[in-house]
Amino acid sequence: MSGDEFMREYSAALPAPQFSNPAWVTPKPLAESTVAIVTSAALYGVGDEAFSTADTSYRFIERDRRDLVLGHWSPNFDRTGVQIDLNVVYPIDRLEELAQRGVIGKVADRHISFAGNQPDDVATIRMDTGPAAAAALRKDGVDVVILTPV
Amino acid sequence: MCVLAHVFEAAGIATIVLSSVREMTEKVAPPRALYCEFPLGRPLGRPSDPAFQHDVLARAFALLDAPQGPVLVDYPEVITADEQPVACALPPRFDPSLPPAVDEARGLRKAYDRALGRRGMTAVGRAVNADGIPEALGMLHAIANGADWTTAGIPGGNTTALCHDIRTYYEEAALELVDGPPPGGRAIEDWFFTKTEAGATVLAARTAIREAGAKFPIWFYMTPGHL
Repeated sequence: MSGDEFMREYSAALPAPQFSNPAWVTPKPLAESTVAIVTSAALYGVGDEAFSTADTSYRFIERDRRDLVLGHWSPNFDRTGVQIDLNVVYPIDRLEELAQRGVIGKVADRHISFAGNQPDDVATIRMDTGPAAAAALRKDGVDVVILTPV
Repeated sequence: MCVLAHVFEAAGIATIVLSSVREMTEKVAPPRALYCEFPLGRPLGRPSDPAFQHDVLARAFALLDAPQGPVLVDYPEVITADEQPVACALPPRFDPSLPPAVDEARGLRKAYDRALGRRGMTAVGRAVNADGIPEALGMLHAIANGADWTTAGIPGGNTTALCHDIRTYYEEAALELVDGPPPGGRAIEDWFFTKTEAGATVLAARTAIREAGAKFPIWFYMTPGHL
Protein backbone atom coordinates (compact mmCIF):
# COMPACT_ATOMS: atom_id res chain seq x y z
CA MET A 1 0.00 0.00 0.00
CA SER A 2 1.33 3.45 -0.88
CA GLY A 3 1.81 6.15 1.71
CA ASP A 4 -1.13 8.22 0.48
CA GLU A 5 -3.40 5.15 0.26
CA PHE A 6 -2.45 4.23 3.82
CA MET A 7 -3.22 7.72 5.12
CA ARG A 8 -6.49 8.11 3.23
CA GLU A 9 -7.68 4.77 4.58
CA TYR A 10 -6.52 5.66 8.09
CA SER A 11 -8.09 9.13 8.00
CA ALA A 12 -11.38 7.85 6.63
CA ALA A 13 -11.74 5.63 9.70
CA LEU A 14 -11.21 8.40 12.26
CA PRO A 15 -14.17 9.51 14.38
CA ALA A 16 -16.39 11.89 12.41
CA PRO A 17 -17.94 14.76 14.39
CA GLN A 18 -21.60 15.33 13.64
CA PHE A 19 -23.31 18.68 13.07
CA SER A 20 -27.06 18.25 13.45
CA ASN A 21 -28.10 21.76 12.41
CA PRO A 22 -25.36 22.91 10.07
CA ALA A 23 -25.17 26.60 9.32
CA TRP A 24 -25.44 27.86 5.75
CA VAL A 25 -24.39 31.30 4.61
CA THR A 26 -25.76 32.68 1.37
CA PRO A 27 -22.69 34.48 0.09
CA LYS A 28 -22.64 37.88 -1.47
CA PRO A 29 -21.07 38.16 -4.96
CA LEU A 30 -17.48 36.92 -4.99
CA ALA A 31 -16.30 40.10 -6.71
CA GLU A 32 -17.47 42.02 -3.65
CA SER A 33 -16.18 39.54 -1.07
CA THR A 34 -13.13 39.63 1.16
CA VAL A 35 -11.46 36.22 1.04
CA ALA A 36 -9.19 34.59 3.62
CA ILE A 37 -7.31 31.29 3.75
CA VAL A 38 -7.60 28.94 6.71
CA THR A 39 -5.08 26.13 6.55
CA SER A 40 -4.42 23.13 8.76
CA ALA A 41 -0.77 22.95 7.69
CA ALA A 42 0.39 24.48 10.97
CA LEU A 43 2.16 27.21 9.04
CA TYR A 44 3.83 29.83 11.19
CA GLY A 45 6.09 32.75 10.53
CA VAL A 46 9.83 32.52 11.05
CA GLY A 47 10.44 33.77 14.58
CA ASP A 48 6.87 33.17 15.70
CA GLU A 49 5.82 30.47 18.16
CA ALA A 50 5.98 27.01 16.62
CA PHE A 51 3.15 24.50 16.98
CA SER A 52 3.48 21.81 19.63
CA THR A 53 2.16 18.28 19.18
CA ALA A 54 -1.66 18.17 19.42
CA ASP A 55 -1.69 21.98 19.43
CA THR A 56 -5.27 23.26 19.38
CA SER A 57 -4.39 26.92 19.04
CA TYR A 58 -3.97 28.95 15.87
CA ARG A 59 -1.71 31.57 14.39
CA PHE A 60 -2.56 34.63 12.38
CA ILE A 61 -0.62 35.04 9.15
CA GLU A 62 -0.36 38.62 7.92
CA ARG A 63 -1.22 39.10 4.28
CA ASP A 64 2.29 40.04 3.16
CA ARG A 65 4.16 37.24 4.92
CA ARG A 66 5.79 34.55 2.84
CA ASP A 67 8.48 33.35 5.30
CA LEU A 68 6.31 30.54 6.59
CA VAL A 69 7.46 27.25 8.08
CA LEU A 70 5.44 24.03 7.87
CA GLY A 71 4.87 23.14 11.51
CA HIS A 72 2.64 20.07 11.13
CA TRP A 73 3.89 17.12 13.23
CA SER A 74 2.64 14.24 11.13
CA PRO A 75 5.30 12.47 9.01
CA ASN A 76 2.54 11.13 6.75
CA PHE A 77 2.40 13.53 3.84
CA ASP A 78 4.64 15.13 1.26
CA ARG A 79 6.55 18.03 2.76
CA THR A 80 8.51 19.10 -0.30
CA GLY A 81 5.68 20.67 -2.29
CA VAL A 82 5.38 23.60 0.09
CA GLN A 83 9.16 24.05 0.06
CA ILE A 84 9.03 24.36 -3.72
CA ASP A 85 5.99 26.63 -3.79
CA LEU A 86 4.13 27.94 -0.75
CA ASN A 87 1.00 28.34 -2.88
CA VAL A 88 0.49 24.60 -3.19
CA VAL A 89 -0.69 24.73 0.42
CA TYR A 90 -1.34 28.41 1.04
CA PRO A 91 -2.47 30.01 -2.25
CA ILE A 92 -1.91 33.57 -1.16
CA ASP A 93 -0.30 34.75 -4.41
CA ARG A 94 -3.16 33.24 -6.40
CA LEU A 95 -5.65 35.21 -4.27
CA GLU A 96 -3.69 38.41 -4.87
CA GLU A 97 -3.88 37.75 -8.61
CA LEU A 98 -7.62 37.11 -8.40
CA ALA A 99 -8.08 40.38 -6.54
CA GLN A 100 -6.08 42.24 -9.18
CA ARG A 101 -8.33 40.76 -11.87
CA GLY A 102 -11.45 41.67 -9.93
CA VAL A 103 -12.57 38.05 -9.54
CA ILE A 104 -12.61 38.44 -5.78
CA GLY A 105 -13.21 41.70 -3.98
CA LYS A 106 -10.26 41.76 -1.64
CA VAL A 107 -7.62 39.60 -0.02
CA ALA A 108 -8.02 39.56 3.75
CA ASP A 109 -5.43 41.40 5.78
CA ARG A 110 -4.72 38.30 7.82
CA HIS A 111 -5.23 34.57 7.49
CA ILE A 112 -5.39 31.65 9.92
CA SER A 113 -3.29 28.56 10.48
CA PHE A 114 -4.26 25.58 12.62
CA ALA A 115 -2.48 22.25 13.08
CA GLY A 116 -4.21 19.38 11.33
CA ASN A 117 -3.06 16.83 13.88
CA GLN A 118 -5.82 17.49 16.41
CA PRO A 119 -7.05 15.29 19.27
CA ASP A 120 -9.71 12.91 17.94
CA ASP A 121 -12.65 14.64 19.65
CA VAL A 122 -11.72 18.02 18.09
CA ALA A 123 -13.60 19.59 21.02
CA THR A 124 -11.33 22.59 21.45
CA ILE A 125 -11.28 23.75 17.85
CA ARG A 126 -15.02 23.13 17.64
CA MET A 127 -16.00 24.94 20.84
CA ASP A 128 -13.16 27.33 21.63
CA THR A 129 -10.29 28.19 19.29
CA GLY A 130 -12.23 27.62 16.08
CA PRO A 131 -15.05 30.03 17.00
CA ALA A 132 -12.47 32.55 18.27
CA ALA A 133 -10.57 32.44 14.97
CA ALA A 134 -13.81 32.73 12.99
CA ALA A 135 -14.95 35.71 15.05
CA ALA A 136 -11.63 37.43 14.48
CA LEU A 137 -11.88 37.01 10.71
CA ARG A 138 -15.51 38.11 10.72
CA LYS A 139 -14.47 41.22 12.63
CA ASP A 140 -11.86 41.78 9.92
CA GLY A 141 -14.68 41.81 7.38
CA VAL A 142 -13.98 38.41 5.85
CA ASP A 143 -16.89 37.04 3.79
CA VAL A 144 -15.44 33.85 2.31
CA VAL A 145 -12.86 31.39 3.61
CA ILE A 146 -11.11 28.71 1.61
CA LEU A 147 -9.85 25.88 3.79
CA THR A 148 -6.72 24.02 2.72
CA PRO A 149 -5.79 20.76 4.45
CA VAL A 150 -2.58 19.03 5.30
CA MET B 1 -10.87 21.19 7.93
CA CYS B 2 -14.47 20.01 7.62
CA VAL B 3 -15.11 20.75 11.30
CA LEU B 4 -13.66 24.23 10.94
CA ALA B 5 -15.88 24.81 7.91
CA HIS B 6 -18.97 24.26 10.05
CA VAL B 7 -17.54 26.51 12.76
CA PHE B 8 -16.70 29.36 10.38
CA GLU B 9 -20.01 29.07 8.57
CA ALA B 10 -21.79 29.38 11.93
CA ALA B 11 -19.89 32.63 12.46
CA GLY B 12 -21.36 34.02 9.23
CA ILE B 13 -18.52 33.27 6.79
CA ALA B 14 -19.13 31.26 3.64
CA THR B 15 -16.69 28.36 3.47
CA ILE B 16 -15.19 26.08 0.85
CA VAL B 17 -13.08 23.07 1.80
CA LEU B 18 -10.43 21.63 -0.48
CA SER B 19 -10.98 18.06 0.67
CA SER B 20 -8.23 15.44 0.60
CA VAL B 21 -10.16 12.51 2.17
CA ARG B 22 -13.50 12.02 0.48
CA GLU B 23 -14.99 9.54 2.97
CA MET B 24 -14.40 11.88 5.92
CA THR B 25 -15.85 14.80 3.97
CA GLU B 26 -18.98 12.77 3.23
CA LYS B 27 -19.40 12.01 6.94
CA VAL B 28 -18.78 15.50 8.32
CA ALA B 29 -20.60 17.15 5.41
CA PRO B 30 -19.20 20.69 5.38
CA PRO B 31 -21.32 23.23 3.47
CA ARG B 32 -19.16 23.23 0.33
CA ALA B 33 -16.25 20.95 -0.55
CA LEU B 34 -14.18 20.26 -3.64
CA TYR B 35 -12.61 16.82 -3.36
CA CYS B 36 -9.10 17.03 -4.77
CA GLU B 37 -7.41 13.65 -5.09
CA PHE B 38 -3.91 15.07 -5.13
CA PRO B 39 -0.80 13.99 -3.25
CA LEU B 40 -1.33 14.57 0.47
CA GLY B 41 0.47 17.73 1.45
CA ARG B 42 -0.29 19.40 -1.90
CA PRO B 43 -3.94 20.53 -1.68
CA LEU B 44 -3.58 22.85 -4.69
CA GLY B 45 -2.16 19.95 -6.70
CA ARG B 46 0.93 21.16 -8.45
CA PRO B 47 3.70 23.38 -7.07
CA SER B 48 4.94 26.13 -9.40
CA ASP B 49 1.92 25.73 -11.67
CA PRO B 50 -0.19 28.88 -11.22
CA ALA B 51 -2.59 27.95 -14.03
CA PHE B 52 -3.44 24.64 -12.39
CA GLN B 53 -3.80 26.26 -8.97
CA HIS B 54 -6.10 28.89 -10.46
CA ASP B 55 -8.27 26.17 -11.97
CA VAL B 56 -8.59 24.50 -8.56
CA LEU B 57 -9.58 27.81 -6.99
CA ALA B 58 -12.03 28.63 -9.78
CA ARG B 59 -13.81 25.29 -9.31
CA ALA B 60 -13.80 25.84 -5.56
CA PHE B 61 -15.26 29.35 -5.78
CA ALA B 62 -17.89 28.11 -8.24
CA LEU B 63 -19.40 26.14 -5.34
CA LEU B 64 -20.52 29.45 -3.86
CA ASP B 65 -23.22 29.49 -6.54
CA ALA B 66 -24.96 26.45 -5.05
CA PRO B 67 -28.34 27.42 -3.57
CA GLN B 68 -28.07 24.93 -0.72
CA GLY B 69 -25.74 22.34 0.73
CA PRO B 70 -23.94 20.28 1.57
CA VAL B 71 -22.16 20.35 -1.77
CA LEU B 72 -19.38 17.87 -2.55
CA VAL B 73 -17.88 17.96 -6.04
CA ASP B 74 -14.87 16.04 -7.38
CA TYR B 75 -12.05 17.88 -9.11
CA PRO B 76 -11.94 16.25 -12.56
CA GLU B 77 -8.25 15.32 -12.54
CA VAL B 78 -6.53 12.92 -10.16
CA ILE B 79 -2.85 13.39 -9.37
CA THR B 80 -1.14 10.39 -7.81
CA ALA B 81 1.91 10.79 -5.63
CA ASP B 82 5.02 9.45 -7.36
CA GLU B 83 6.21 7.43 -4.37
CA GLN B 84 9.22 6.47 -6.45
CA PRO B 85 12.66 7.70 -5.47
CA VAL B 86 13.76 10.85 -7.21
CA ALA B 87 17.13 10.70 -8.96
CA CYS B 88 19.38 12.57 -6.59
CA ALA B 89 23.13 12.27 -6.18
CA LEU B 90 24.55 11.33 -2.81
CA PRO B 91 28.01 12.29 -1.56
CA PRO B 92 30.79 9.70 -1.87
CA ARG B 93 32.12 8.04 1.26
CA PHE B 94 34.70 10.37 2.75
CA ASP B 95 35.57 9.20 6.26
CA PRO B 96 35.25 5.41 6.64
CA SER B 97 35.79 5.71 10.37
CA LEU B 98 32.34 7.25 10.72
CA PRO B 99 28.98 5.48 10.52
CA PRO B 100 27.85 5.76 6.88
CA ALA B 101 24.87 7.99 7.70
CA VAL B 102 27.02 10.42 9.67
CA ASP B 103 29.49 10.68 6.80
CA GLU B 104 26.66 11.11 4.31
CA ALA B 105 24.96 13.88 6.31
CA ARG B 106 28.20 15.80 6.55
CA GLY B 107 28.59 15.52 2.79
CA LEU B 108 25.16 17.05 2.20
CA ARG B 109 25.81 20.12 4.33
CA LYS B 110 26.77 22.39 1.43
CA ALA B 111 23.56 21.58 -0.41
CA TYR B 112 21.56 22.21 2.75
CA ASP B 113 23.31 25.54 3.21
CA ARG B 114 22.51 26.53 -0.38
CA ALA B 115 18.86 25.76 0.28
CA LEU B 116 18.93 27.83 3.44
CA GLY B 117 20.58 30.70 1.60
CA ARG B 118 18.08 30.59 -1.24
CA ARG B 119 14.93 30.28 0.88
CA GLY B 120 16.17 32.23 3.88
CA MET B 121 14.56 29.76 6.24
CA THR B 122 14.49 26.11 7.24
CA ALA B 123 12.09 23.73 8.94
CA VAL B 124 14.99 21.95 10.65
CA GLY B 125 15.22 22.79 14.34
CA ARG B 126 12.54 21.03 16.38
CA ALA B 127 15.08 18.91 18.26
CA VAL B 128 18.41 19.83 16.69
CA ASN B 129 19.67 22.33 14.14
CA ALA B 130 21.71 21.48 11.06
CA ASP B 131 24.93 21.27 13.07
CA GLY B 132 23.36 18.54 15.16
CA ILE B 133 22.19 16.30 12.32
CA PRO B 134 25.35 14.13 12.04
CA GLU B 135 25.39 13.61 15.80
CA ALA B 136 21.69 12.76 15.74
CA LEU B 137 22.35 10.12 13.11
CA GLY B 138 25.21 8.82 15.26
CA MET B 139 22.71 8.34 18.10
CA LEU B 140 20.29 6.45 15.89
CA HIS B 141 23.14 4.33 14.48
CA ALA B 142 24.07 3.38 18.04
CA ILE B 143 20.46 2.55 18.90
CA ALA B 144 20.14 0.42 15.79
CA ASN B 145 23.22 -1.45 16.95
CA GLY B 146 22.01 -2.18 20.45
CA ALA B 147 22.36 1.00 22.51
CA ASP B 148 19.56 1.82 24.96
CA TRP B 149 17.40 4.45 23.27
CA THR B 150 16.37 5.95 26.62
CA THR B 151 19.95 6.95 27.42
CA ALA B 152 21.21 7.61 23.90
CA GLY B 153 20.90 11.38 24.22
CA ILE B 154 17.81 12.07 22.11
CA PRO B 155 16.85 15.67 23.00
CA GLY B 156 13.81 15.51 25.26
CA GLY B 157 13.43 11.86 24.25
CA ASN B 158 11.41 13.19 21.31
CA THR B 159 12.08 10.70 18.54
CA THR B 160 9.46 12.30 16.27
CA ALA B 161 11.11 15.71 16.41
CA LEU B 162 14.57 14.26 15.88
CA CYS B 163 13.54 12.21 12.85
CA HIS B 164 11.63 15.19 11.46
CA ASP B 165 14.80 17.26 11.58
CA ILE B 166 16.92 14.55 9.93
CA ARG B 167 14.42 13.96 7.14
CA THR B 168 13.85 17.68 6.57
CA TYR B 169 17.60 18.35 6.42
CA TYR B 170 17.85 15.75 3.66
CA GLU B 171 14.74 16.98 1.83
CA GLU B 172 15.88 20.58 1.80
CA ALA B 173 19.34 19.51 0.59
CA ALA B 174 17.86 17.24 -2.07
CA LEU B 175 15.78 20.02 -3.58
CA GLU B 176 19.06 21.78 -4.34
CA LEU B 177 20.49 18.70 -6.04
CA VAL B 178 17.57 17.61 -8.21
CA ASP B 179 17.35 18.89 -11.77
CA GLY B 180 14.28 19.20 -13.95
CA PRO B 181 10.64 19.72 -13.03
CA PRO B 182 9.56 19.77 -9.37
CA PRO B 183 9.69 16.28 -7.85
CA GLY B 184 6.30 14.62 -7.45
CA GLY B 185 4.59 13.91 -4.17
CA ARG B 186 6.64 11.76 -1.79
CA ALA B 187 9.38 11.28 -4.41
CA ILE B 188 12.02 12.76 -2.12
CA GLU B 189 10.54 10.93 0.86
CA ASP B 190 10.94 7.68 -1.05
CA TRP B 191 14.51 8.62 -1.98
CA PHE B 192 15.26 9.30 1.68
CA PHE B 193 13.95 5.99 2.95
CA THR B 194 15.14 3.73 0.13
CA LYS B 195 18.36 5.31 -1.11
CA THR B 196 20.07 7.11 1.74
CA GLU B 197 22.08 5.76 4.65
CA ALA B 198 20.18 8.14 6.90
CA GLY B 199 16.83 6.68 5.89
CA ALA B 200 18.10 3.15 6.51
CA THR B 201 19.44 4.24 9.89
CA VAL B 202 16.12 5.83 10.92
CA LEU B 203 14.24 2.68 9.91
CA ALA B 204 16.68 0.41 11.76
CA ALA B 205 16.55 2.57 14.89
CA ARG B 206 12.74 2.60 14.74
CA THR B 207 12.70 -1.20 14.65
CA ALA B 208 15.12 -1.38 17.57
CA ILE B 209 13.07 1.06 19.67
CA ARG B 210 9.87 -0.82 18.90
CA GLU B 211 11.46 -4.16 19.81
CA ALA B 212 12.76 -2.61 23.04
CA GLY B 213 9.15 -2.20 24.11
CA ALA B 214 8.77 1.57 23.71
CA LYS B 215 5.25 2.95 23.61
CA PHE B 216 3.62 3.17 20.19
CA PRO B 217 3.98 6.94 19.59
CA ILE B 218 7.66 6.84 20.46
CA TRP B 219 8.60 4.64 17.52
CA PHE B 220 5.63 4.86 15.14
CA TYR B 221 5.93 8.52 14.21
CA MET B 222 9.63 8.27 13.41
CA THR B 223 8.62 7.49 9.81
CA PRO B 224 5.48 7.57 7.67
CA GLY B 225 2.98 5.02 8.89
CA HIS B 226 3.06 2.76 5.84
CA LEU B 227 6.73 1.91 6.35
